[in-house]
Amino acid sequence: MTEAIATLRGRFDPSRHGALLALVVIVLFNLAVTPNFFQAQTLFVNISQVATIAIVAMGMTLVIATGGIDLSVGAIMALSGALAPLIFLSDFATANPGLGLAAAIVVPILVALCCGVFNGVLVSVLGVQPIVATLIFFISGRGLAQVLTNGNLQTFTHPSFSYLGTGKVLGLPFQGWLVLLIAVVLFWVVTRSVFGRQLLAVGGNERAARLSGIPVHRVKIGAYVICGGLSGLAGLIVVAINSASDAARIGNLMELDAIAAAVVGGTLLQGGRAPIFGAVLGAVIIQLVKYTLLANGIADEVALIAKAGIIIAAVYLQQARKE
Amino acid sequence: MLDNTAFDLRRYLRGGGHSFGVWVALVAMILFGLMRYENFGGAYNISSFLNYNAMFIVISVGMCFVILTGGIDLSVGSVAAFTSVVAAYLSPYGIQVALPGAVLAGLAIGGVNALFVVVLRIPPFIATLATMLGAKGGALVISGAQTISIDWGSNFTKLGMEKAFDLLPWTIVITAVVVVALWIVLERTSLGRTVLAVGGGEDASTMMGLDVNRAKVFVYMLSGACGGLAGVFLASGFGAGQPLEGVGWELSAIASVVVGGTLLTGGMGSVGATVAGALLLGLVFNILNFENGRGVISLSAYWQMVIRGGFLFAVILLQSHLASRSKGATQ
Amino acid sequence: MTDLIEMTGIGKSFAGIIALQDASLSIRPGEVHAIIGQNGAGKSTLIKILTGVYRRDAGDVRMTGTPLVVTTPREAQDAGIATIYQELSLVPLRSVTENVVMGYEPRTRLGLIDWKAAHARTREILARFGVDVDVTRQLGSYSTAIQQLVAIARAVSLDAKLVIMDEATSSLDDQEIETLFSVVKGLKASGVAVLYISHFLNELYQICDRVTIMRDGQTVATHDVAETTKLGLVSEMLGRDASEIQAAGLTALSGGHGDPGEVLLEAEDLRSKTGLRGTSFTIRKREIVGLGGLLGSGRTEAARAVFGLDALSAGAVRHHTGATLDTPAQAIALGMGFLTEDRKADGIIPHMSVRENITLALLPKLKRMGAVDRERERRLVSHYIEALQIKTSGMEQPIRELSGGNQQKVLLARWLALEPEILILDEPTRGVDVGAKFEIQSIIRKQVAEGLAVLLISSEFEELVEGADRIVVLQDGTSVSELQNPGVTEGALINAIAHHHERSAA
Repeated sequence: MTEAIATLRGRFDPSRHGALLALVVIVLFNLAVTPNFFQAQTLFVNISQVATIAIVAMGMTLVIATGGIDLSVGAIMALSGALAPLIFLSDFATANPGLGLAAAIVVPILVALCCGVFNGVLVSVLGVQPIVATLIFFISGRGLAQVLTNGNLQTFTHPSFSYLGTGKVLGLPFQGWLVLLIAVVLFWVVTRSVFGRQLLAVGGNERAARLSGIPVHRVKIGAYVICGGLSGLAGLIVVAINSASDAARIGNLMELDAIAAAVVGGTLLQGGRAPIFGAVLGAVIIQLVKYTLLANGIADEVALIAKAGIIIAAVYLQQARKE
Repeated sequence: MLDNTAFDLRRYLRGGGHSFGVWVALVAMILFGLMRYENFGGAYNISSFLNYNAMFIVISVGMCFVILTGGIDLSVGSVAAFTSVVAAYLSPYGIQVALPGAVLAGLAIGGVNALFVVVLRIPPFIATLATMLGAKGGALVISGAQTISIDWGSNFTKLGMEKAFDLLPWTIVITAVVVVALWIVLERTSLGRTVLAVGGGEDASTMMGLDVNRAKVFVYMLSGACGGLAGVFLASGFGAGQPLEGVGWELSAIASVVVGGTLLTGGMGSVGATVAGALLLGLVFNILNFENGRGVISLSAYWQMVIRGGFLFAVILLQSHLASRSKGATQ
Repeated sequence: MTDLIEMTGIGKSFAGIIALQDASLSIRPGEVHAIIGQNGAGKSTLIKILTGVYRRDAGDVRMTGTPLVVTTPREAQDAGIATIYQELSLVPLRSVTENVVMGYEPRTRLGLIDWKAAHARTREILARFGVDVDVTRQLGSYSTAIQQLVAIARAVSLDAKLVIMDEATSSLDDQEIETLFSVVKGLKASGVAVLYISHFLNELYQICDRVTIMRDGQTVATHDVAETTKLGLVSEMLGRDASEIQAAGLTALSGGHGDPGEVLLEAEDLRSKTGLRGTSFTIRKREIVGLGGLLGSGRTEAARAVFGLDALSAGAVRHHTGATLDTPAQAIALGMGFLTEDRKADGIIPHMSVRENITLALLPKLKRMGAVDRERERRLVSHYIEALQIKTSGMEQPIRELSGGNQQKVLLARWLALEPEILILDEPTRGVDVGAKFEIQSIIRKQVAEGLAVLLISSEFEELVEGADRIVVLQDGTSVSELQNPGVTEGALINAIAHHHERSAA
């Protein structure tokens, strides 16, 4: 028995397994202390809240892996979330419901992808620092969304569209499955595909990557495009969940949440690593802690402080392991 | 700004990295405003403009120091919110207690940042991200998620309302003093030069025998103190402590620093150019207000955000163009 | 006479790996003392203990008889020990003056920095070295040589009793090295001791009094330089027999015995913004073409231009297939490889495994439906690990854990895996221990015999002289002459370079 524990301890790597351990601890704690934790409704609520963060966090992981960062994700969410209702509530859509719905999903994501291209080109071709480059959309993207909607809150009832947010597959929320699907696909991309290998190489040592014939510009733009696209998708989901679109609030502070989730999940800020499932895990941990506090009567504000603490602890543990 | 005895304007403008552009743009914008709008150069506009932007100037300068060491401070906005509440709570004891109190609170939070970055070796981006969330939460906690009125009976109100020596509002005077003091620190003290050296090469600085840790602790605490001062201005400006304000301030500060020509990776930059950058960004809004007032175009507040973003974009393009040109010339 | 510095019984380990074991060093006041040994022998570690960068685990350090307690670089400086490191330890973004006086700035009465005095002092110190530059400009705007001299100026200005020079000449040309030597002699004349670390044994004989040899973390011996031979020093460094080394020659490249084939690439009158001003050379099958010349003569720039990294403003690179070489990707597709001189900066991907590093340039060819063909990859990597004798615990080991020599082999494997027609090697054995060096050189020669064409850049004259079949001599970006092996001697090469130096001066 002691031998088994010793082997387990020997193979425990805080940077890789720390997050998992933390998750287990939190779940156990909740099972013991929080009332109604082990219920379907709790699960659904948590899944739907985590889903959007997890999706954006996975995109953010790819960008950070190239050595960059994307501060515009919240603004892109707002933009896509504002566009969707505009489209499916328009005259065109009421005349052609099927086409209208399709457009309401495709067009915002296309726009989001274009924002990603903008960011990517600025960073790779013009050599602008990622913080500064993505700052542009951070500042103006939400404003753009508000211009389009004239600052108005758009509410609607559109069962087909709302499926994105409230639908259920095999009893669990649709977004949960979506997160899993995206995670599996991205995991395959990062670990198996040529693009994934090139992405990690660019983040690991850009000069060496270029010298080895890797199309550095294309790879970086690709990362920002994927991140932008995922942000666009997240925006659609948020709107679908709420059946309402408020350009001022969608995706507020999402960039921080996404970065925090990525970091807690093991992404290194200097690039070269892209733990996709880690990002999901990070989002789950942060969400669970928030829920734990709330369910046990602790104020929302304190949850912010707790979130801060988790981030510091997670990064510190990872550093300790590296040295 | 390397030879202070013989002030060579050309050398100054050229030597400060890409800061030449910001002065040109600032002057151009001021001239534009003066020519186009009647009250632009009037005492009221200047005074209220500087009064409002004092907060941003102060945190931009603090941010400049942090960025010069190659770090970043994302917590300044939340610190300002937090300390504005502190200032409001302390206002009954008068400005002489409230101001130092708030600045000390900011200093303390800066100290936490320094602890994370220097002792725990956490990357500044993450460390100050965490403090930002923590301070935000803290602000909501101590204020009960409400704005806290300042004590209108105390002399705290003098800050925004009265004028020092009957000339300029106190906020502007204090800001000017702080800016000049920090300018001297950066250019003429060992600590200031160490800050620049650390950003230019941390390992090299250690090997040169410089106290890198002291410089880092200094800049984060300074940035916190600047956030504290901004919080006092915030409270006096709104007449109440604002726990929910400050969102996005750090990014405005970063934008000012970048526009002012400081390298985001550190090692090169100046206090003056940062102030110019903050003024420039503030002027964009000021001019937009005037345009709206003219009635020729009617820009909603949302357009202003878009234009601000577009402006930053233009500045970036310009800097990147200048950078690639100068690189070609020296090599 | 008490020794200025006396280090005895020094021990130091890093995470369980022993770097120094019972190492010792003694320096007399006012002498120029050399310390030599292979990479990993412990020279740098010993120095860093002396200067406070590392803390020793065991042993004693004394300065003029009294125990020396130094825990930070600053304390070492205050104790009178100044260091000039191999990697530039100055700040390029700051001005020349700042780099010289930083931390010891002259003050005005108010306690603020007196820049006027600082600039004046800096100019004065630099004048002693014959350097006359605008001290208010950024250090980085000057050449590496000037920067190195500024580093020395800083050391000298701190009133040191001991100046440590760690590979100070690695980026200097002959003239600048002469300047450095006169600085060293000047220091000696004023009673300052110099600790001189260098790979270049020739330099020892020019300025050093005594030499200490280190090997595997221990001090092997200390001799008066006048009583040693180069061969003797090398054998002590390697722990091998002197006569054995003499027989094998100093390199394994054995140039001049090949059988060159058709022309694969022709560089014609290349001109570029990177400093090329009319460089021409040809690369032929089964041949090693060397590019010889001083630092700054354009060798690496020529290689970069040919590989599609830098743009040409005039001239042409003609590949035998007629295709153009505008990007590295195109060059690689045409069967070219480029082993760069700084593997840390643009060679290895540190966190990635040996396997991933080897196949990095091969990815397009390993594609199978968008994914990497793991089977083929593994087979390929195993083959090269064995063929190049790469010492690793397995192909999944992160490359940063390997020694310099093995990392270099991994990078060589990266390019050989492409089965290239033309391979550009820029300082292929720099920073590599002697054993790995021989192995790399033999591998290259074998590949050449089987058809590979090589463009070789090396600062080690021996490597070039003994290894290349032909040497194209570059000077200031222009190709000036060509030497043919067999028959080239080091003297002939130096002559060819110097000859044109004089010509251009006249």
